[in-house]
Amino acid sequence: MTFKKLLMAAAAALAISATSAKADLVFATDTSAYPPFTSQNAAGQFEGWEFDLMNAVCAEMNEKCTMIPIAWDGIIPALLEKKMDGIFGSMSITDKRKEQIDFSDMYYNSASVIIGAKTGDMDFSPEHLSGKVIGVQGATIHQNYIDKYYVSKGATAKAYQKQDEANADLAAGRVDYLMADGVALQAYLASDEGKACCELKGAVADDKEILGYGVGVGLRKEDTALKDKINAAIKAVAAKGVFEELNKKYGLEGLMIVPPKG
Amino acid sequence: MNWTWFVEYLPLLGKGLWLTIQLLVLSMVFGLILAVPVGLVQVTGPRWLGAIAKAYCTVMRGTPLLVQLWLLYFGLGSVFAAYPEIRQSAFWPILREGYFYAVLAFTLNEAGYGGEIMRGGFLSVPKGELEAARAFGMSPWQVLHRVWLPRAFRNVLPTLAGETVLMLKATPLAATVTVLDIFGVILRVRQNTYLTYEPLFTAAVLYIGLTFLITYAFGHLEKQIPSRR
Amino acid sequence: MIPEILSFGDKGFGDELLRGVQFTLLIAASAYIIGICIGLVGSAAKLYGGPVSRGVGATYTTIVRSVPELVLILILYFAGTRGINSLLGLVGVGPVEVNGTLAAILVLGVVQGAYHTEVFRAAIQSVPVGQIEAGKAYGMGGLQIFRRITGPAMLPNAIPGLSNLWLVVIKDTALVAVVGNVELLSTTASAAAFTKRYMLFYLTTALIYLSITLISNYFIGRLETRYRRGQTRLA
Repeated sequence: MTFKKLLMAAAAALAISATSAKADLVFATDTSAYPPFTSQNAAGQFEGWEFDLMNAVCAEMNEKCTMIPIAWDGIIPALLEKKMDGIFGSMSITDKRKEQIDFSDMYYNSASVIIGAKTGDMDFSPEHLSGKVIGVQGATIHQNYIDKYYVSKGATAKAYQKQDEANADLAAGRVDYLMADGVALQAYLASDEGKACCELKGAVADDKEILGYGVGVGLRKEDTALKDKINAAIKAVAAKGVFEELNKKYGLEGLMIVPPKG
Repeated sequence: MNWTWFVEYLPLLGKGLWLTIQLLVLSMVFGLILAVPVGLVQVTGPRWLGAIAKAYCTVMRGTPLLVQLWLLYFGLGSVFAAYPEIRQSAFWPILREGYFYAVLAFTLNEAGYGGEIMRGGFLSVPKGELEAARAFGMSPWQVLHRVWLPRAFRNVLPTLAGETVLMLKATPLAATVTVLDIFGVILRVRQNTYLTYEPLFTAAVLYIGLTFLITYAFGHLEKQIPSRR
Repeated sequence: MIPEILSFGDKGFGDELLRGVQFTLLIAASAYIIGICIGLVGSAAKLYGGPVSRGVGATYTTIVRSVPELVLILILYFAGTRGINSLLGLVGVGPVEVNGTLAAILVLGVVQGAYHTEVFRAAIQSVPVGQIEAGKAYGMGGLQIFRRITGPAMLPNAIPGLSNLWLVVIKDTALVAVVGNVELLSTTASAAAFTKRYMLFYLTTALIYLSITLISNYFIGRLETRYRRGQTRLA
């Protein structure tokens, strides 16, 4: 009899300690730094275009939100296991992902590009890259794209758990090319390390099935109320011109497709 | 339970299994070869060399293997970024691959743990046998490779069996540096299928199977040692 | 002398690393204690339990000791949340989001528990049977015997194993960095990636782990001396 009470007390203690205030919304992003969208500064706080957008959207919804890091290759299972409320980490909306989770409306879209060593030439067609090593982050649309178009023509793909590990290996020369989001790679090419080693080769041909329809907030399928709230907030935020402000702040004008103001 | 992915990924899993076995065998063999002098020098001296060996073992056993691995892979990687000339050298094809760093980190780590084990092994050989060997006029090197080392090795064989299992359990760390061992393949399966349990259970079963193989192999080896009980 | 990048305050990552160390020690200590609790129960099950308890105990220890920690951490990480949620469901509380640190503690605790089971089992078995029989002859009940005889007698024998497991749990906390938990190694990895100073950060972190190990070794040595007092010294 007392054992059962003990069990219930333990479970209750677990529940209380386990949840941070239940009223808050918790969004997850990748553990890897992904500038200019999300990164953690020296003080351990998040910053970036996407982080600012999350705060704007949450302010619009009158919710208090926090961002937590979760390893990218486990982020969808983590969402399904209810470890957080949504994925706010530059996750592209693809049909394959839609089998598992739902998405809010698109909040940005940008081209996917290939970058490589300055010593190489500008041709990045699959035939030309045969025999070369291309780095991608695991569990991304870019990995699927490389597997479909480049590996089939003889290139080798190397998968990394984090985007910044892939960037580091490009600088170290362990991979010959990288494919990732254009804006994120542009931020890398602007850094000292990126400037020294590499240059943009070009944007890849689009393939909506693999590259998706832009980036949205990942949500569980049953959270339709949350999805409606977020969509409404995104529209409101767009109408206020927040996207233009953010693009200006981070120097991304012309590189991003964002929800229209109207 | 969704097992539809299994047949599709079977060839990749086979390659992963082979890579895991390679990692295990290479790091155990090279690690133990290194461990012999590390352990020996702590027993015979000179004092200062023994102290260095002891410090080496302390560092290897006092820091997580994952830290050692990432230190080698990313640390050296940043060195390569600073000196592009290295890419022209003959070693570059090896230095490019995560495989090399995994084997290196595992070997160095195993040498640290193995050094301690071999030290105990060398100490456990009865002095009388060594004295008898010297009385026969054998040179120190002959004493070592005819009497001391074989006897020490046989004495620590059960411990080495445990060490091999521990090294097997360390091999998944190689997946964090792009090596497609069993765990690396399972990560890929998880990413593509969004399944959590089925791939992980498969990995668990494979590792349990390998553990049984190792235990059986060492048990067989131990039976070969003549010992009057 | 300390490079600016490692200093405390806003510009340096020193306070970040310190926070990482705090998390590491918190996770390690909590998991260790959970491991001890599970170990005591597990060893009792394996030694004094019926066939079912012994079977469960044997399966538990065999699986945990044959499967790599990284695989176990991933399995328990996801199964654990589901388990807690269904447990809470029984009590009538809704599903909760389990905090990452708590998950890491529970996972490492379960892993540690299997090893602690073996340590305690060996230590208890090393207690001379005569002493336990004497206790029974005096009419002591099972729990009394454990409290007065078995417990104090097996503790010195358990200390080498227990101290080794403490060092193991500290190093195992580094593994939870792979699932994205906040502790020393994950903090180091993000700092290194942010600043591109990989060598510096990984070397510093290795030194920090080494310091923790050496300090632990010192205190364990003193603990062992104290608990072995009164016992005949081995030649």
